[in-house]
Amino acid sequence: MTDASVNVAAGETLLAVDGISLRFGGVTALNDVSFDIKRGEIRAIIGPNGAGKTSMLNVINGFYHPQRGAIRFRGQNLTRMNPGFAARNGIARTFQNVALFRGMTTLDNLMTGRALKMNRGLFWQLLRHGPAMDEEIEHRRVVEDIIDFLEIEAIRRVPVGRLPYGLQKRVELGRALAMEPELLLLDEPMTGMNLEEKEDMCRFILEVNGQFGTTIALIEHDMGVVMDLSNRVVVLDYGRKIADDVPAAVKQDAAVIAAYLGVAG
Amino acid sequence: MLYREVGQYHTNYRADMRIFPILQDRIGILVILAIAFLGVPLIGGSFFLDVVATPFLIYALAAIGLNLLTGYTGLLSLGTGGFMGIGAYTCYKLTTWFPGVDIVVWILAGGLAAAAVGALFGLPSLRIKGFYLLVATLAAQFFLQWAFERIPWLYNNNISGTIEVPTRTLFGLPITGATATPVTRYEVALCIVVALTWLASNLVHGRIGRSWMAVRDMDIAAELIGIKLLPTKLLSFAISSYLCGVAGAMLVFLWYGSAEPTVFSIDLSFTILFMVIIGGLGSLLGAFLGAALIHVLPIVLRGVPPALGLNIASSTVEHLNLMIVGALIILFLVAEPFGLARLWQTGKQKLRVWPFPY
Amino acid sequence: MHLLYLILVDPFVQMGTAPDLLAQTLWEGLVSGVLYALIALGFVLIYKASGVFNFAQGIMVVFSALTLVGLYAAGVPALLALALTAAVMFVLAVGIERLVLRPLVNRPDIILFMATFGLTYLLIGIGELIFGGDTKQMIAKQLYLPSGAIDLPMLGGVVRLQKLDIAAAIIASVLVAALTVVFQYTRIGRAFRAVADSHRAALSVGISLNQIWIIVWFAAGIVALATGIMWGARSEVSFALEVVALKALPVLILGGFTSIPGAIVGGLIIGLSEKLFELYWGPLMGGGTESWFAYVIALIVLLFRPHGLFGEVIIERI
Repeated sequence: MTDASVNVAAGETLLAVDGISLRFGGVTALNDVSFDIKRGEIRAIIGPNGAGKTSMLNVINGFYHPQRGAIRFRGQNLTRMNPGFAARNGIARTFQNVALFRGMTTLDNLMTGRALKMNRGLFWQLLRHGPAMDEEIEHRRVVEDIIDFLEIEAIRRVPVGRLPYGLQKRVELGRALAMEPELLLLDEPMTGMNLEEKEDMCRFILEVNGQFGTTIALIEHDMGVVMDLSNRVVVLDYGRKIADDVPAAVKQDAAVIAAYLGVAG
Repeated sequence: MLYREVGQYHTNYRADMRIFPILQDRIGILVILAIAFLGVPLIGGSFFLDVVATPFLIYALAAIGLNLLTGYTGLLSLGTGGFMGIGAYTCYKLTTWFPGVDIVVWILAGGLAAAAVGALFGLPSLRIKGFYLLVATLAAQFFLQWAFERIPWLYNNNISGTIEVPTRTLFGLPITGATATPVTRYEVALCIVVALTWLASNLVHGRIGRSWMAVRDMDIAAELIGIKLLPTKLLSFAISSYLCGVAGAMLVFLWYGSAEPTVFSIDLSFTILFMVIIGGLGSLLGAFLGAALIHVLPIVLRGVPPALGLNIASSTVEHLNLMIVGALIILFLVAEPFGLARLWQTGKQKLRVWPFPY
Repeated sequence: MHLLYLILVDPFVQMGTAPDLLAQTLWEGLVSGVLYALIALGFVLIYKASGVFNFAQGIMVVFSALTLVGLYAAGVPALLALALTAAVMFVLAVGIERLVLRPLVNRPDIILFMATFGLTYLLIGIGELIFGGDTKQMIAKQLYLPSGAIDLPMLGGVVRLQKLDIAAAIIASVLVAALTVVFQYTRIGRAFRAVADSHRAALSVGISLNQIWIIVWFAAGIVALATGIMWGARSEVSFALEVVALKALPVLILGGFTSIPGAIVGGLIIGLSEKLFELYWGPLMGGGTESWFAYVIALIVLLFRPHGLFGEVIIERI
């Protein structure tokens, strides 16, 4: 693990945020935060509640626009990201409070993940024959592979609103994977799961990273998971970055311990 | 026992992705189509065709239109009456200018104008949602109705202020106006409705339908996976209004024969919305079921008491009808928010496992 | 060029040359604005307490007026009829709470909203079934409402103020003041504000949601009754008022769904602007613009301020 992390850290930078500040009215959610994500690594973002972790992900995929700072993605400098650009350029995302399309089946949810890659126009869509059907089948294959990979075959045709929480999180990961992302943002993928489900989720994350080489940025509260999975960890507290290192070093960091345990100093 | 899918395996995606994957359903739909095309005109008299069947088809088409917008895309609209009016008036103007061209062409073209106007009034939907958007559609409804009343050009400067349907033919057979028989008008309506329903069904089962439902279920998440909100919503407005516009043109040309602006009032918008709610939000089948229920209910109410020897004033029947519809709306929302279509599904499920409870 | 003159200059020239007509129009706009505001007030009360966007508020106005007139026509003395109508509104509030709100609790807003469409039709049906569909006269005199007019000579002409309109403005102000006092300074008012803030939190401190809902729907019913009397006295009582009552929607858009002062300001803006537009610009378009002008105003405001003039900007979280 340590070897791998050293290698990855030396690699090419996929995304870097530089001096990001984000305010809502008088509340400063992020204050001059900078860090980078290397291609192929699993990068964890941790911090106490309200530290600005989710806001950081929202900035990265363009849902929030920071007042100051810049984002560099694949060598392109952007002052602000927008959600459409992020999606088109291979940034996919899962959410803290599952953001699935509740009225649609698992299959349809995953198929929406392919929306960007499908481009047959209104005419063929109206006929649902010929090219439109071929395209539909082609993407159905990809989606079925993901369904196999995540072991959710049995719930293919169940509206996701009826699924238990753990499975919903898995379907949401599936929808993000259907976008074939280069960078996958996972916002607390394991909250509310039991041990077994967590282990499954860890396995999926490692396999996605290992097999497809997908870069992953991960917010998680379970320290065991973070330490085991990630190559490097960035720690936020009250919107500021207080540490940024490999897991072993972060664990020893005085500022981090103070932030978590509330020790003065 | 007959309704079993045992042994029907799909070995390729094409078969699995059919709209009616189960053999019995495919047979069923063919039987229904056969009855609709051949049985109804043979058995039903001209009263039945004119009062029940043709209006039902027209309402069902409008309900499908609104359902695409409200049930599939989650955008509530009370402008349906106005958009139907656009279809009717456009068709009327076009056939006035080009009387030689087949009227079916103009009925279908009337929808295009409605689509354009619908998309125009759908523009605010990017920035405003929910109840706020409702006001935009109300603006469309009241503005359009005003235009139908106040712009004489739209009704060819008739003194009466109404549009009168001229006789138009298809392959030499009159299909609109006084000389067209109920059977021809019914068959023309049926052809249009079947064709457009088929197209709408294709649409909602593919990429576009999925992106509509994604916007309905969670627009933020839809945006973040790369679905562009404005084009998606506008397309929904346009296609929904297209179907409503065609239904509006059919309403005047194949059913009413002439129409005043008040035909396209907000009451029509409500009627169609109630069909969608009672039939089932997000279901094409529901549009037909809801249209059948809401349209047939007052006819039955008018017909039944005299048959039982009761003498009830016609105004009382109207009031009873309003009450029943209102109560039905509340009842359905409380008991079965997905309407008649879900009841139908449940029934089918029961049939599948019959005689076992599950 | 001439058209531009007609649109941009001529109306103001008219205003200048006949200021008394302008004043008269302003007054009439103000009065109809007060009535819009009263309907909107009923909406706001219900929306704040139960999160329900009550489409049926406009119909409650007509329904209460119809009940009052109907009872009087059946031989009940006017003041007793007024009390009985209030009782009917209470029964209605209890019925709605039992049969509509309680079964639909925790459903999406849009479902509750559509249920109020059903309620609208149900009330129209019941009202017409019992009292008939024909238009009726409001029993204004029997309720001791003033009639006649005051002619104010001003601005080189005469501005005529209907005494009834003055009474309407006064009653509306009293109602608003009373509601404000109740909701600011009483126990029920505090509970109401708690419920408006969060249903769950209010429940957890022992506030009875059902009780609050009944009270609020009853209060909205009383507001509707007052509106119905005023409105009925100015024109006549029939379900055609339904279309006018829909104008409370643009009023709410302008004023925000949760603000009582917003509802009043929104009502006044809509009332004034549609009267002025109809008088000075309407003839250019063939008249009758009052049917849609309010909605278009609201639409334009929404395009620039998606949450209305007074609504809060909501930060979307995910």
